[in-house]
Amino acid sequence: MWVQLEVFLQTLISGVLLGGLYALIGLGMTLILGVMKIINLTHGQLMMVAMYVAYWLFTLFHIDPYVSLLIAPPLLFLLGMFLQKTLINPVLRVESILPHNQVILTVGIGMVLQNLATIFFTSDYKSTPVDYATDAWYLSDYWKDAPFELSLSYPWTVSFLLAVGITTALWFFLAKTDTGKSIRATAQDRDAAALMGVNVGLMRVITFGLGSALVGAAGCLFIPIYYLFPSLGSQFTLIAFVITILGGLGSTMGAILGGLILGIFESMTATYVGMGWAPVGRFAIFVAALVFLPGGVASLLKRKAVTK
Amino acid sequence: MKRFAPLIVLAAMAVLPLLGLSSYVMHLLILVIMWSVSGMAWNLLGGYTGQVSFGHAAFFGLGAYCAGLASFHLNISAWYGFPLSIPFVAATALVMGLIVLRLRGPYFVLATLALGEIMRITAENLTDLTQGNLGIMIQRTWVEKTGYYYVILAVAALTFWVVKLLAESRWGYYFVAIREDQDAAESLGINATLYKTIALTVSAVITGFSGAFYMNYMGYIDPQVVFSLGDISILTIMVVMVGGVATYWGPVVGAVIMVLLAEVIRSLPYVGTAYQTLFGVLLIVIIIYLPNGLVGDRQTLARLFKKKGAAV
Repeated sequence: MWVQLEVFLQTLISGVLLGGLYALIGLGMTLILGVMKIINLTHGQLMMVAMYVAYWLFTLFHIDPYVSLLIAPPLLFLLGMFLQKTLINPVLRVESILPHNQVILTVGIGMVLQNLATIFFTSDYKSTPVDYATDAWYLSDYWKDAPFELSLSYPWTVSFLLAVGITTALWFFLAKTDTGKSIRATAQDRDAAALMGVNVGLMRVITFGLGSALVGAAGCLFIPIYYLFPSLGSQFTLIAFVITILGGLGSTMGAILGGLILGIFESMTATYVGMGWAPVGRFAIFVAALVFLPGGVASLLKRKAVTK
Repeated sequence: MKRFAPLIVLAAMAVLPLLGLSSYVMHLLILVIMWSVSGMAWNLLGGYTGQVSFGHAAFFGLGAYCAGLASFHLNISAWYGFPLSIPFVAATALVMGLIVLRLRGPYFVLATLALGEIMRITAENLTDLTQGNLGIMIQRTWVEKTGYYYVILAVAALTFWVVKLLAESRWGYYFVAIREDQDAAESLGINATLYKTIALTVSAVITGFSGAFYMNYMGYIDPQVVFSLGDISILTIMVVMVGGVATYWGPVVGAVIMVLLAEVIRSLPYVGTAYQTLFGVLLIVIIIYLPNGLVGDRQTLARLFKKKGAAV
């Protein structure tokens, strides 16, 4: 019985830790979706780029991945702004038969990024061998006669806490600063925001940059605990949009809850059904959300707010 | 004259193998025709009905697996994959339609993408049935390419005819009405869900044929290949985007360009498997400058060349 409880709790812990990082990935996508109604299917590829930046900083200059948080996300911010300004903005103005040209465009950008990475860095698996990679805190160190053993991996926990910190900083930015308020205004009603003197075009560019920087930060947090290879991007793009749909398009709080739900659900599937089935669980929860809860978790939050 | 163009092309294609083309050229021709079929099928749903699907690999792979599994488990010819795939693919399309066709715009795009991936991961994990990532290998029927050429040419001719028939029927006009403005179409009494389901099912079954042919022709499949998001779903979209959205010849032109381009790039030194970089660049350029594809935007293209000529 204790063993079963131990497995369950350990799975729950790793699910929450994973979920926190997922939330950060989902946040960037939901921000872009909310403000610009753009599906960014190159989100994971941007994270892959950030991970390569962190990897090379570590390999060449021995800069700790957590320190790269100060370098990679700003670079990604610039890259995101560049993509939005030179590629996505022009397509939004083009007249075409298909309404979703912009989605296909981001797929094209993703293909270019992924394959450039393959050309330059080969498709080998890479990782940053940090000293603390296998360090962990054990329950038995603090509670001698504990009937079961739980452990808390050091890099996972640090990454999780940093993700929480970044999320809080983002919330503060959106809620308190002028730029943040302008971004939220653009998300709510583009025309009204423009009439109130918000530079909507600039906000779009900034938002795409911000979304890229967030996923770039997630990349830096992932690299101490995850392997790096060029096609990892598409996998995380899928994860990001599952979180976005699960949370409710454009909802920040929804993305956080969506990330946590997905992280826990995936850990549970991996433990109780099988490693290989975790991605199926991911998509099953996605389809279930589409069918039964089209507004995502955010719609539940809103409903509650109204009845109160 | 224009009315007979498809027949003339078909007749010309039918005599091509008699010229004694090399096995390599035949291989390229077969790939071009196969991708034309996938493109035409996608175009029916994406181009005419306006439902952009990122999950057509689901049907392609299902068709391929129907052929492969029949041969592997039941010991019958993999050619039975064609009739066998119809009920399986159609049923999958109907279930998929039930879930995704109520969704609009970005939701639809994302849902199809997810369903395609679900199929891949399921095929990878149902190892008892599919052998998972080991894949399935079958005995190919012919050593020579000519037989395969005529089979896929027949499928392509049939597909062209079905798409043309549908697009020019009352249903075809309903499809376009739904694409242009679903709410307006519904207010005029068009049952949008019904017609979208029809377009999806026909599109899916044809894509399944393409997959069933792939199994017979290649003799080997695994989930990573036939359910691939990049190599199947997105390549199908690219064939249509490059060639021409909602045109009869667009997918054919697109398939010619994509297959030849892939061959040329792959043969370049230092590029190797990273040929998709140039595909990505091509996709970006096409979307920005010719959003309706080479055939769809031929007027723009003609104007561009005229202007250049005038400047010289």
